[in-house]
Amino acid sequence: MKKLPLTLIFTAVLACCLASCGGGQSKIDEIKAKSFKEPADPMANWESNHGVGPIKAFELPATIDQELVSKGQQVYESMCTACHKVEKRFIGPSPKDILKRRTPAWTMNMILNPEEMVQKDPIAKKLLIEYNGSPMANQNLSEEEARAILEYFRSL
Amino acid sequence: MKITIRNISAILGSCLLLLFVGCNQNGNGSGALGSDIAQRVYVAPGEHDEFYAFVSGGFSGQLSVYGLPSGRLFRVIPVFSVDAEKAYGFNEETKPMLNTSHGFIPWDDAHHPDLSQTNGELDGRWVFINGNNTPRIARISLSTFETEEIIELPNSAGNHSSSFVTENTEYVVAGTRFSVPVPQADIPIDEYKGKFKGAMSFISVDQETGHMDLSFQIMMPGFNYDLAHPGRGKSHGWMFFSTYNTEEANSLLEVNASQNDKDFIAAINWKKAEELIEAGEFDVMPSEYAHNVYDESTHSATSTIKRQVRVLDPSKHPGLVYFLPTPKSPHGCDVDPSGEYIIGSGKLAAALTAHSFTKMLDAIENEKFDGEAYGIPILNYDDVVAGVVQQAGLGPLHTEFDANGNAYTTFFISSEVVKWKLGTWEVLDRQPTYYSVGHLMIPGGNSRKPFGKYVLAMNKITKDRYLPTGPELTQSAQLYDISGDKMELLLDFPTVGEPHYAAGIPADLVKPRQTKIYRLEDNNHPYAVKNERDTRVERNGREVHIYMTTIRSHFAPDNIEGIKVGDKVYFHVTNLEQDYDVPHGISMIGANTSELLIMPGQTETFIWEPKKVGVWPFYCTDFCSALHQEMQGYVRVSPRNSNIQLKWSLDGD
Repeated sequence: MKKLPLTLIFTAVLACCLASCGGGQSKIDEIKAKSFKEPADPMANWESNHGVGPIKAFELPATIDQELVSKGQQVYESMCTACHKVEKRFIGPSPKDILKRRTPAWTMNMILNPEEMVQKDPIAKKLLIEYNGSPMANQNLSEEEARAILEYFRSL
Repeated sequence: MKITIRNISAILGSCLLLLFVGCNQNGNGSGALGSDIAQRVYVAPGEHDEFYAFVSGGFSGQLSVYGLPSGRLFRVIPVFSVDAEKAYGFNEETKPMLNTSHGFIPWDDAHHPDLSQTNGELDGRWVFINGNNTPRIARISLSTFETEEIIELPNSAGNHSSSFVTENTEYVVAGTRFSVPVPQADIPIDEYKGKFKGAMSFISVDQETGHMDLSFQIMMPGFNYDLAHPGRGKSHGWMFFSTYNTEEANSLLEVNASQNDKDFIAAINWKKAEELIEAGEFDVMPSEYAHNVYDESTHSATSTIKRQVRVLDPSKHPGLVYFLPTPKSPHGCDVDPSGEYIIGSGKLAAALTAHSFTKMLDAIENEKFDGEAYGIPILNYDDVVAGVVQQAGLGPLHTEFDANGNAYTTFFISSEVVKWKLGTWEVLDRQPTYYSVGHLMIPGGNSRKPFGKYVLAMNKITKDRYLPTGPELTQSAQLYDISGDKMELLLDFPTVGEPHYAAGIPADLVKPRQTKIYRLEDNNHPYAVKNERDTRVERNGREVHIYMTTIRSHFAPDNIEGIKVGDKVYFHVTNLEQDYDVPHGISMIGANTSELLIMPGQTETFIWEPKKVGVWPFYCTDFCSALHQEMQGYVRVSPRNSNIQLKWSLDGD
C-alpha cells in the first residue's frame, strides 16, 4: 500500500522530466521508426522509390537529348569509371539498363547524396551490403552534371 | 505518514535537480554552475571552439593549431621541418620548399607567428612565421592550412625580430638578431665593431595571391635586434625594434652586452623608406637567397634563387630611423591597440618603459636629441617616455593588450602574468604561471581590435606539472580568463615543441574560408591522371614513371611488372576522390622515403629505387573505408638484364 504511490509519483515526475527536455516527441518518432517494417525485398518497390536527396520524382522526356548524352559521358568517364564499368560489374554495379530497375530521381539522388542514401534508402542500404560495404563515393557533382550522366545512362 | 511525505519531497527534489542538470547541455550554465572552471573550458563532443590558436613549435620548426578554450590540438602544420607523416620535405612536390642558398635544410627554429590584417583588424587570410636559424619567412594559407611560400633573407642571421605584419599586410617585417659582416667576408671576429651590420627586411605581400617579395632592407648598426612590432592607427607607417648589445660585444655577451644602462628601441619610418625606394635612393647589393612557392594548382613547389636586394643606409637618409633609449636590454617591443604606446620590456630591469608616439614625433620635430649612433639620432629619454610601470615583477618579457586599455606582461624570472593599466601605469592584478613564462597571446593582440576574453601564456619549464617523461619534459601553455577584473587560470596543456609566441583569431573568421577538396578539373600537376583509363607506366631509360590513381578502395594499376633492379621508379599518385575528408595514403616496401598522404583531387610523387629482385607490395596507409585493408598492390622486380616487358593492370584489365 505504501510502495505503490511512491512508484507512481516517481514515474510521473520522470515522465515530466523527459517531456520538459523535449524528449516526448522524439520518443514517439523513435517508436514509430522501430515499428516500421521494410518490405522483404526493397527492390520490388523500385518504381515508387525516388530515393532520399535533392531530386524529387520526375518524368523523363520521351526522346533522348544527344548533346546531354555526350556531356554526361564526359563527366561519367572522368568521375565514375574508377568504380563503375559499362560492360561489367566492378566495384559498383554497371549503369546499363539502370532505368529498368531504378527511377530517374533515385539514380540522381544516389549520385548526389550517397552518404544519406546508404543510411536511409532501403535499396541503397541493400546494395551497400551486396557490394561488400564499399561506399558509393560522393564526387561532389552538380545537379546538372548528374542529370547529364542520367541521360548518358539512357543511351547505353 | 510523516516519513512518506518527507520521502516524497526528497524524491521530488532530486528529480527537480535532475531536470535542471539534464536540460543544461550547452555549457553556458549560470549561477553555481557558471563558476565551474572545468565547464568554462569544456567544449562538448561535436562542438567547435571559439578561437583558433596558432602556436609556434620553436625547435620543432612547425606551427601547431589548437582550439581555445579547450586546448585541443587539431593539426601540426609543417613549415620549416620535414614531416614524414604528411610527406612534407619527402615527396617530390614539397622538397623545393626547404631549399635555401645553403642547399636543402630539413629543419629550422620557428618562433613568431603573426596573422594577416586589413585596416588593422584580423582578416583570416594567412599566418606568417619566421625561421630563426637559416633566416626565412613562411606564409601559410588559412584556407588549406598548408605552407604556401618560404622566402630566405640574405644578410640576416638569427632571424628573431620577425615576423610582424603591418596593418594592411603591406609588409611582413623581419629583423636580424645577430649582426654579421655585410656582405659576408673573411675577417677577424674581433673587428666586429663598426664592420658588422644588422639587416631589417621589409617583405611586401601581394594582396591577391599573398606572394612575398623582399622589397628592401635597411642596414642598421651592428647591434642585436630582439623583437619588433608595427605601429598601428596613428603610428601606422612606423616599425619598432628592440635592441640589445649596443655595446657591440662579440664574446661573453651575458656580461659584455649588459654594460649599458640603456639600449634602444629603434623606430623606423617605413613610409619614408618607401619614398626613398620610389625615388631610386637605394643601393643594389648582389646577394643570393631562395624564394620557394607552392602552387595549389600543380600541387608542387618551385624554388628560385634571387640575386640582388635593394638596400637603404640610414646614416645617409635623415628621418628614416631614430633611437629611443630604453633601459637594460629590452626584449619585448609591443605597441598598444591605439598605436600611442610602445612598451619596452628591459629584461634586466625591474620596470617597464612605455614610450609615447606623440611625444616621439614632437621630440623629432623639435630635435630633442641626446647624441647619435652611426649617424642615427638618439632621442632624449625624458622627452619620449610616457610612463613607467614600477616594480611590476622580475624579468619582463612580452606585453599584449585587451580592448579596454589594459596591458598584460609576462615576467620570466618571477613566473607570472601581470595586468596593468595603460596611462596610469598601475598594477591591477598578478597571477602565477607554471613555470618561467615566455610569450603570451591575446587573440587579435597584435591588431587594433583585440578579442580580450582569454590570454594564453606559454611556459618554458613544466617540472612537476605533468606525468614525468624522463629527462625531457614538455613545455606548456596556460589559459587565463581575462574578462573580469581578476585573471583566472582555467587550463594548462602541453604543447608541441617549445612555443615562442602564438597568434589567435576568432574561428568564425577562418571557418568559412576552408578548402574542402581540390577539384580534379583544376589539377595541373604535370603527372596527374584524372581517370583510371589514363593510368599507365612509362619507361625512359632507367627512369620509370607510374601514373597511378586511388579511390575507395583500390589503386589503378595495382599489378605492375617489368621493373628492374637499379631503376628509379616514380610513383605519381592522384587521389580521384572528390569528397571531404577522404585522403588516401601509399607506401612501398623498401622505399627510402616517407609515405604519401594525398588529399582528394591532389597528386603527389615519391621515388622508389628497388635494390632486390622479387614481388614487392605497396598499400594504402590512411584508413579509407571498410575495404581499406584490401587496398594494396604488387610490383614485380626483375634482374637488370631481364627481358620482362612493362605491364600493368587492375583486375586483369
